[in-house]
Amino acid sequence: MKMLLTGNEAIARGAYEAGCLVACAYPGTPSTEILENVSKYKEIKSEWSTNEKVALEVAAGAAIAGARALASMKHVGLNVAADPLFTIAYEGVNGGLVIITADEPGMHSSQNEQDNRIYAYHAKIAMVEPSDSQECKDFVKEAFNISETYDTPVLVRVTTRVCHSKSIVELEERIDAKVKDYAKDTSKYIMVPANSKRKHVEIENERIPKLRDYSNSTLLNRIEYNSKKIGIITSGISYHHAKEVFGQEASYLKIGFSYPLPDKLIREFAEQVETLYVIEENEPYIETFVRSMGIDCIGKDLLPLCGELSPEIIRKALLKEEDQEAYTLDMSIPMRPPALCAGCPHRGIFYEVGKYKDKIISTTDIGCYTLGMAPPLGVGDTCICMGAGITAGIGFDRVNELAERGKKVFGFVGDSTFFHSGITGLIDAVYNGSDMTVVILDNRITAMTGHQENPGTGKNIVGLEAPMVDIETLVKAIGVKEENIRVVDPYKLDETKKAVKDAYESDELFVIITKQPCALIKEVQRERRGLHCQVNQEKCRKCKACLRIGCPAISFDGEIVTIDETQCNGCTICLQVCPFNAIEYFDERR
Amino acid sequence: MTTSILLVGVGGQGTILVSKILSQGLMKKGYDVKMSEIHGMSQRGGSVTTQIKFGEKVYSPSIGMAEADILVSFEKLEAARYLPFLKKGGTLIVNDTEMYPLPVLTGAAEYPKGIIDKLLETVEDTRVIKASEIAEELGEPRCQNIVILGSMVKSLGLDEIDWIELIKENLPERVHEVNIKAFEKGLEAASLYVKTEA
Ligand SMILES: Cc1ncc(C[n+]2csc(CCOP(=O)(O)OP(=O)(O)O)c2C)c(N)n1
Repeated sequence: MKMLLTGNEAIARGAYEAGCLVACAYPGTPSTEILENVSKYKEIKSEWSTNEKVALEVAAGAAIAGARALASMKHVGLNVAADPLFTIAYEGVNGGLVIITADEPGMHSSQNEQDNRIYAYHAKIAMVEPSDSQECKDFVKEAFNISETYDTPVLVRVTTRVCHSKSIVELEERIDAKVKDYAKDTSKYIMVPANSKRKHVEIENERIPKLRDYSNSTLLNRIEYNSKKIGIITSGISYHHAKEVFGQEASYLKIGFSYPLPDKLIREFAEQVETLYVIEENEPYIETFVRSMGIDCIGKDLLPLCGELSPEIIRKALLKEEDQEAYTLDMSIPMRPPALCAGCPHRGIFYEVGKYKDKIISTTDIGCYTLGMAPPLGVGDTCICMGAGITAGIGFDRVNELAERGKKVFGFVGDSTFFHSGITGLIDAVYNGSDMTVVILDNRITAMTGHQENPGTGKNIVGLEAPMVDIETLVKAIGVKEENIRVVDPYKLDETKKAVKDAYESDELFVIITKQPCALIKEVQRERRGLHCQVNQEKCRKCKACLRIGCPAISFDGEIVTIDETQCNGCTICLQVCPFNAIEYFDERR
Repeated sequence: MTTSILLVGVGGQGTILVSKILSQGLMKKGYDVKMSEIHGMSQRGGSVTTQIKFGEKVYSPSIGMAEADILVSFEKLEAARYLPFLKKGGTLIVNDTEMYPLPVLTGAAEYPKGIIDKLLETVEDTRVIKASEIAEELGEPRCQNIVILGSMVKSLGLDEIDWIELIKENLPERVHEVNIKAFEKGLEAASLYVKTEA
């Protein structure tokens, strides 16, 4: 049967067909839908892990125990999981272990652009690079075989265009991979120096040479000879861009197995073609290897290193084609940046903290709440990576004290971020006596990446009830003084304002937990359907106070202020900030 | 030969569902299809684009500047924003509805006036559809995307594919009826394209 699948759906299908039994992930664009789709196969035990390190460790344990296991994550997730990665690379596997890294050239929804192919080289593990959905499925299956044959974890490197593009896939049956026997083998699975030293040598002298032989012979690396005037070495989505530009006018060495790279094949190909191009996104990963073999080629000297490639970019860079003539409109087009939704529970706390904007430093973090930094709310000085909303705040606060700036630090983390890597930061704040304020924004979901359950939501990935980890209890247990903890409903500005004031005035570590579920959660939408606010035009003085909360449902057309009923969920923040009682609340629920 | 369609709109308008149904239909018709949707942030309100390419064999899923044969915009301002992606001589289908972006809402920027007129002046084959109005008349504003689907497949000459079946496959049963009506209204609307705003 043929189906139109995204790369992510196809990876999930590949895991299913390969007989994968355990799969773990922490969400992150563009990887999120991989585990969401895996979890639809009952045969595979799927789990949202608290973070990527946890996901990889759980999968590694499962693989050692004898099952085919998979961990998936976005590119920066592999940084978090780098610690287990480098050592499981030494230990190898029992059941196959496949790690998906979904990189984001172009940064459509990420804080940086990194080429994780370099991780395979650095950690010395095999790597495959599919270029479309069919290959996503096929390569994942092959990755499990490679993993077991060569006793190595296998990195599957995909990118946004592969993950989020649909193309046609031929489906097959699942193979019945059983749990393998586990035999205790401390020299293999306990990495103390004596064992690690031996393992490292073994990997260099045995595993990598064997994998290189495989790389030279596998069909994942293939040559397509057409015109030999131009030869193109390429991998991943760049292969399709290159084919579109050069078609039959060039020959191709398509690399599907990209660590170790196929030295013999590359040399053979280079000898056959007149001009050699290496077309790859981001780092000159293949190019550097080709050059290290003493082979000259054209690559990043003409092609951009930053951002995504496209046929258009390749045409311009390599064929020196002029820009196509395009339509233009003579008008200035306002940007459409993402904004906190109407009814977003994050709005209230940022509105209240925003009143102290000039007196505080705010270290924020990654999630929907990062948008609190955008005007008109404007709360946020730094945003680095998950967890740093607390920890960068600890450091900033130290220096504020040293420099006697007299500015308090407010750090922000979401609920999922808190479980991911905020907890360790909070423990550090307690232990090292920080007097910052930590705001934990508990909207009962991992919202930014499209609503995944997390340890605080009371449900697991398949929607079944799960134990609920209570943030307040945890904060107390970590050692934050009870009198310095406030749990507030951010829809209630009075309550929120009071908590922010108490925090601002406190000279001890302070924690505010805001509790109100994301307005886009289905049940919340259902519950609140029929609730909305409206402007009473007779009372409205057009003071625009309500526009300063940055709600996309409220607009001012130059004459009157109106609230879009289809967006409004009756959160009443606007009503609470209106100085003239000109906003009215309606409950039309049946 | 491949045909490139770029669909643009605002998060929450349902562009992705339309792209999905459209690609499934094209596949059923026997085309090679690639569809690429760039989404990440789940909030509503940002610009959303999906790219569909179909033909005998499709390689790259990406559509560059002046490469789209058809630009379908679910909102006026987005049509203006993505117009440079439309190939000269290509077809523009635009939903005559406006959604204010945040800078406009907060008064930091102005929503440009007369977009539809300018589009009509600039692109010879511009087809304006009032999908939001039609959806509103049907009592379900959210099915404007299916109205657009209807008029899009009509103008692409793809109306022989069984779209109703695909709508049923992709939507929950309780909304089948209204969406099928929306689709039919879209088909009709395609032949009544308003050529000028007046
Ligand atoms: C290491 C790492 N993993 C994953 C991501 C992707 N990501 C960005 S924000 C986010 C979750 C945010 O959830 P939460 O903290 O609950 O905030 P919300 O979006 O609900 O406001 C995730 C998973 C990332 N940026 N970095």
